[in-house]
Order: sequence, then structure tokens, then C-alpha cells
Amino acid sequence: MEQKTSAPADKSAVPQSGVGTTGHSWDGIEELNNPLPRWWLWSFYACIVWAVGYWFFYPAIPLVSSYTKGFLGWQSRTQIEIDMAELKDLRSGMTTKIEAAELADIEKNPELLSFARAQGSAAFAVNCAPCHGAGAQGFKGYPNLNDDDWIWGGKAEDILTTIKHGVRWDQDSNSRSGVMPAFGRDGILNRKEMATVADYVLTLSGLPVDKGADLSAGKALYAANCAACHGDAGKGNQEMGAPNLSDKVWLYGSDKAAIMERITIGGGGVMPAWSNRLDTATMKSLAVYVHTLGGGK
Amino acid sequence: MSDTHTASGGKTSVWTKHQVFEKNSIFLLIGILVMISIGGLVEIVPLFYLKSTIEKVEGVRPLTPLELAGRNIYVREGCYNCHSQMIRPLRDEVERYGHYSLAAESMYDHPFQWGSKRTGPDIARVGGKYSDDWHRDHLRNPRSVVPASIMPGYPWLETTALDTAHIDMDMRVLAIEGVPYTKDMIEAAVSDVKTQGSAEDSLTAPFLKRYPKAITRELGGVQGRLTEADALIAYLQQLGTQVDFKLYDDKANIR
Repeated sequence: MEQKTSAPADKSAVPQSGVGTTGHSWDGIEELNNPLPRWWLWSFYACIVWAVGYWFFYPAIPLVSSYTKGFLGWQSRTQIEIDMAELKDLRSGMTTKIEAAELADIEKNPELLSFARAQGSAAFAVNCAPCHGAGAQGFKGYPNLNDDDWIWGGKAEDILTTIKHGVRWDQDSNSRSGVMPAFGRDGILNRKEMATVADYVLTLSGLPVDKGADLSAGKALYAANCAACHGDAGKGNQEMGAPNLSDKVWLYGSDKAAIMERITIGGGGVMPAWSNRLDTATMKSLAVYVHTLGGGK
Repeated sequence: MSDTHTASGGKTSVWTKHQVFEKNSIFLLIGILVMISIGGLVEIVPLFYLKSTIEKVEGVRPLTPLELAGRNIYVREGCYNCHSQMIRPLRDEVERYGHYSLAAESMYDHPFQWGSKRTGPDIARVGGKYSDDWHRDHLRNPRSVVPASIMPGYPWLETTALDTAHIDMDMRVLAIEGVPYTKDMIEAAVSDVKTQGSAEDSLTAPFLKRYPKAITRELGGVQGRLTEADALIAYLQQLGTQVDFKLYDDKANIR
């Protein structure tokens, strides 16, 4: 490109800008040597001074056997103790009441109920939602907590026990336990028998079955293998965590294949025990929150 | 660059002397090396001898071979790019994740997995928070349980058999780095992988003697059907569970 103006050869002030150049020249293009902006320069110096102050007031310089502790005596570990104690004080007005009150009384007292539901809702989002869903709607294998179909009991106290000790959680000896045998995998029933009993299970809740299903044989197999836990009429047993088979709520799906899969592998869902992770007030608030979602007994 | 420039009309100040570095790349390089070495010596070296930075904590044990295999998969898949393992001593973090992380909890991690970015949540204390089944569902397809999750699925982990051919060598290298793996532990490595992935049997007791409080469970270990997902889950389920914070005294270690 043709040069229109020729830059001054010396480094004296360039007429247009009033400052000199660095003396660098590339193809006739020169670099102005503007000083750093004053505000920037002073901020820079101020930061250096601040850093020196920091050395004196906070833990900073490692020495031979220890380190400089700083005039303020600040420690992250003492600070968090202070912060958590403040938080506890802030909430203690309500949390101590919640710790002392019966769950039923919390639900009767509007002030306690609203605090418990707020605390429960926050704790639910962090701890429970990954399995039970943000709206407690559940997923396949993880129960819906909005409905009134409870596997381990829907009274507030039952819910609290489940939260505290978990379900089939082998690290808590008081955990809810009750394991369905793997009828298929362990060879208790053969494939034909499983299909027959699955047909009968479908009829318990009024679901349609294939034509030609041998329901009387299914009934006999059901009585021999399933009724002990799920009950003669399939009403379930909350003591053993055996779900009700006669309603429209299905944890693993209501089609024949899903039922056969459960009969094959047995077992059941696992929920961790929370008593090591959450404090008493939080667990009680959670129990109240879940109990008041709509399906509490 | 024919002539030298002086900023303030020929007066030789410290700034003009500094131009020696700015105009000579070798001097600049040496200068940078000297400065960084001083910084390293002053800031890093004391961490190896100061008592307050090498706190020993009851309960911290080296990873079992199965957990170590899981950790290798954790590193291989780059989990640390989105998940940190470092709960800072700040109120909101302690409220959400639990007790702040102790340096001792990652003393046997080489390299540590503290991470520097949380696209996903911190998982320093994820152990025991979810069931094994949940981890399986979640690793296969995170959106099957957390609809808003942006984590990618890792479905191949549960279809890939766990390769333990080199696990004892991994332990040997870690032992050189200071992890207290004994000869006994290294020799039993492959068998311990199976033991931890099986229901209780005669090998469980000696295994638990080597790795106190480790969790054994039926994952198909006896039949040699352990998958990469099983190993990763074993690793995740112990994260942050080794120290019993009911016994740990926060104040004892404030120095």
C-alpha cells in the first residue's frame, strides 16, 4: 500500500498526538509511546501497598518451623466455625422447636409448618431430588412421593424412619429391609411359571391380560410364592416393603415384561441412610415436607 | 531499532535499566526463571515440612485395588474437568456438601482430583449419598434421573469388562510415590478386586484387614464379571467417607 504520510524520523513529539514514538518502525508504521494512564498506574501501586498490608494482617509467609500468623489471627478453620455457629444461632429459634416437637404438632402449628416446609424443600432439592425428582414425582425405580401409595408407610413418623435409616442400606443396621427373591435368576420359577403368575398379577389391578392366560394356575403360583409378602389380594405389606399390586401405581412399569423382569431379578430399590449426613431438625423438616406434599397418611 | 530510547529525555532511571530485560529475550528468560524459582521455593517447599500442612487424620486409608481401578477410569474419562473434589471452608459449601475437605483426605491421591471447575457439583463427599443403582442409571444416561443434567452419558462403562492386568503395577508406582501399599496388598491386588466385588466370603476378612471399613458388595466379582462402571461406583461410593467427622476434632487442628 502506498504511504500517504511519512512519519517523523525522530522521536520528538508527533504533531497530531503530542507524544513521541518508541522509535520502532515497520514499513514506515511507527508506534506511539503513550505513558500508562495515571489512574491505572496509581491503582497498580495501591495494589502493591495493599499486598504488603495483607502480609502483616493475614497468615502469609512460611518460615522454618511455622508461618507468620498475621495481626488479625485469622484462620479459615476458625472463620468457618464462627460462620456456622452464627448460622445455627440464626435458625435456632425455629430449629430447636422443631427438634423438640412431635411431627404431628409441627404440622398443626402454622409457624413451625411453614418453616419446616421451607427447610424441607431446600434440603429436598439438594439431597432427594436426584432420585425422587425435583417435584418429588419419582422415576422408574424411584418412588413418586406425591401420591398416597407408600411402600414403607406414609405416616410422617414412617417417612422420618425411612429418611433416617434408609432402605436396604447395608451400612445402617436399622435400615428398612425386605428383599424380594430373584424367582427367575435363582431358578425358583421357570419362565412359563413366571409368565403365568405375571398374568395373574395384572388382573389384581384390573389390567387386561392375553387371551388364554391360565389365571387359575397363576393364582395358585401367586398364593404359593407371592402372597406371603404382597398379600392374598395383592394389597402389599408395608412392614416388608412389599408394594401394593392391586392399585394403578407401578414403580417399575405395569406391562407384563416389566413385571416379569421384577420376578426374575427380585431385590428392590436402595435408599441411603441420612442420619450421618443431616441433622435432626433437617430430617424432621424433610419428613414434614414429604408428608405434606399431598399423599401423606 | 537503530538507537536506544530514553523515556524521560536522556535521564537514566531504573525504568531505563529495565529495558535491558525488555529488549533482550535471553535476559528476560533468565529473569523470569529466577523470579519463579524464588516464588516456588518460598511458597511450595514449606508445604512439605510445615506441621500445619501435613496433618494426619484417623481413618484415611489408601484406595483398595477396585477403587483405584475406578479412580483410573475417573481420570481417564476426565471427570475432574467438571467435578471438583474440594469442599472449601465456606458456609454455603459446608451447608450443601458437608464438612470441608481436609488435606489428609487426598494425601494418597497422585495426582489429587481437587479440580478447578464446577460444571457439575462437587463430589468430595458423594460417597453414600446415592445408591449403587442410581449411579448405574446416572452414568448410563444422566437425564434418566436428573432431567436438567448436562452431563454426558457413559454407557460403555457398564458394557466394558474391567481390566485389572496392571492394577498391581499401579499400586507399585503409587508405593514409590509414598502411598503405604504393602507387599501383601500388591500381591493380593487382583484377588482383592474380586473380593470387594463379591458378597461376603472367606476372603472378605483378610481384605477388610488390609482396607478397614471398605465396602464389599455383590457386583459379580466371583464370576469375573466386574465392569468399569462397577469399579467407578466403588470409587465414588468411598469418596469423603473415610474420616468419621463425629470423632474428628476441628479445633485440635487449628494451629
